[in-house]
Amino acid sequence: MTVAVVGAGPAGTRAAEVLVQAGLRPVVIDEAPDNGGRIYQRPPAGFRRSDGDLYGTEAHKAQALHRRFDQLRGAIDLRASTLVWDVRPQQLLTLRDGRSETIGFEQAILCTGAMDRVIPLPGWTLPGVYTLGGAQVALKTQGCAIGQAVAFLGTGPLLWLVAYQYAKAGARVAAVLDTTDFATKAWRTGGLLRGGRTFLNGLRYVGWLRWRGVRIVEGVVPEAIEGDGEVTGLRYRTRHGTHHIACDAVGIGWGLKPETQLADLAGVSFAFDPVQRGWLPVRNEAGRTDIRGIYLAGDGVRIGGADVAELAGARVAWAVVEDRGLPVDHAAVARLDRALQRQAKFRQALDRAFPYPHRLAAGMADDTILCRCEAITAGAMRAAATAEVNRTKALTRIGMGRCQGRVCGPAAAEVLAAALGCPVEQVGRLRGQPPVKPIPMRTAAAG
Amino acid sequence: MRLVRLAETARPAVAFTLDGAPATALAGDTLLTAILANAEHVRTSEFGDGNRAGFCWMGACQDCWVLVQGEGRVRACSTYVAQGMAVLRP
Repeated sequence: MTVAVVGAGPAGTRAAEVLVQAGLRPVVIDEAPDNGGRIYQRPPAGFRRSDGDLYGTEAHKAQALHRRFDQLRGAIDLRASTLVWDVRPQQLLTLRDGRSETIGFEQAILCTGAMDRVIPLPGWTLPGVYTLGGAQVALKTQGCAIGQAVAFLGTGPLLWLVAYQYAKAGARVAAVLDTTDFATKAWRTGGLLRGGRTFLNGLRYVGWLRWRGVRIVEGVVPEAIEGDGEVTGLRYRTRHGTHHIACDAVGIGWGLKPETQLADLAGVSFAFDPVQRGWLPVRNEAGRTDIRGIYLAGDGVRIGGADVAELAGARVAWAVVEDRGLPVDHAAVARLDRALQRQAKFRQALDRAFPYPHRLAAGMADDTILCRCEAITAGAMRAAATAEVNRTKALTRIGMGRCQGRVCGPAAAEVLAAALGCPVEQVGRLRGQPPVKPIPMRTAAAG
Repeated sequence: MRLVRLAETARPAVAFTLDGAPATALAGDTLLTAILANAEHVRTSEFGDGNRAGFCWMGACQDCWVLVQGEGRVRACSTYVAQGMAVLRP
């Protein structure tokens, strides 16, 4: 029986590399048509920008990863454009081009990646409002800016990176609004120095944007994205009063959140992580879980970024190799473990420098749309508040729409916890349900 | 709001139809790009709160679905435009 790797981003690629090195031929599955994940996503055929244009300071990493993946193509069973929509014991249920297929496995390494963590605010469903990650994908893989005058709102390294990439590509950046107080000061805090180049890049983006005269405001409280049918501006508060910015598009995001649905369906235990303020699947340093045959790596477990994902992907693959009774390169494993420990310290500092502003989520107005799938308001959740988030989901359908709570989940938990006056971990976590994404009825019936 | 093409504009043109009207995209455009280069929105919320134009661009939020003749419901952000495609905005 085979080893399956779900996700061909940085973690999945490095996992496949180690498995092949150990003499295995893994099945590598990705929903996208090609490898790279979101961070190193490859543009479609016929696009001509250089890797430097696409990936900036990380171009050499993207190139190395793509080169390695291309070398692996003949040695792996690659299933691109394939969605894994359910996990059963030793089976992955997949969908490709409308056809379903069950892929058996003895070990599965889930490298499912991440998406933006968002906080709903008035106007966030208007055409022209996208996640920060989405704004980046538009530029990277389609050569497009999301609007003529783009405001970026949120917090975290991605806020500054995307704003920098837009300005650099010739887009007009109307403003960068950081909900963290004095982000610039936070960048200077001690722990971040451990991040070396990552830290320096962050400083460079902020400095460059300032130098270019981009309006940068830190410690903002967003009030609303304005517009009637389309975005025309953004209103926010500082301690100096209420301000307005004209723009026709807005990118929003407050850090990333792991895509944990498949780990959940596989039965892996979850624990509340107070630093990242969410429920994360539990795995040990090597990536093993409490479910036999299920292994986890990368941003799909805990947000650590692409460098950590590469290391964790290789590390977890060695665990699989060991569990199959094959020879392990112990020196390589020790190197990976040391590197992962170093990265963990930097990540902790980063999480503390850009905390998720949960009070912003908890305090959203009653008439703000919380669930964008079905236009359900925060007030509806408060009115139906019960002590457990899945129960409240059943009553309100918040978290039950097409996205399965991917978008509203973190904010919904904050709204509910605040309504009940309890810590957010007490309301529990939204349980995953198959299919993890919409599929045709005939596929579900066949599964 | 309209998408602004900042780069990669030398690609060949692709003709498709949007709600029956002729429209032009570029080879390698996703339907999300193709539609938003021609129009302000992608679909109308079935819950009465107005128009939508996608959100996450990465197949997670499921907010950009449209109808393609012969294929049914697809996610615009992860479907590439093709010559002659007939796209309907729900």
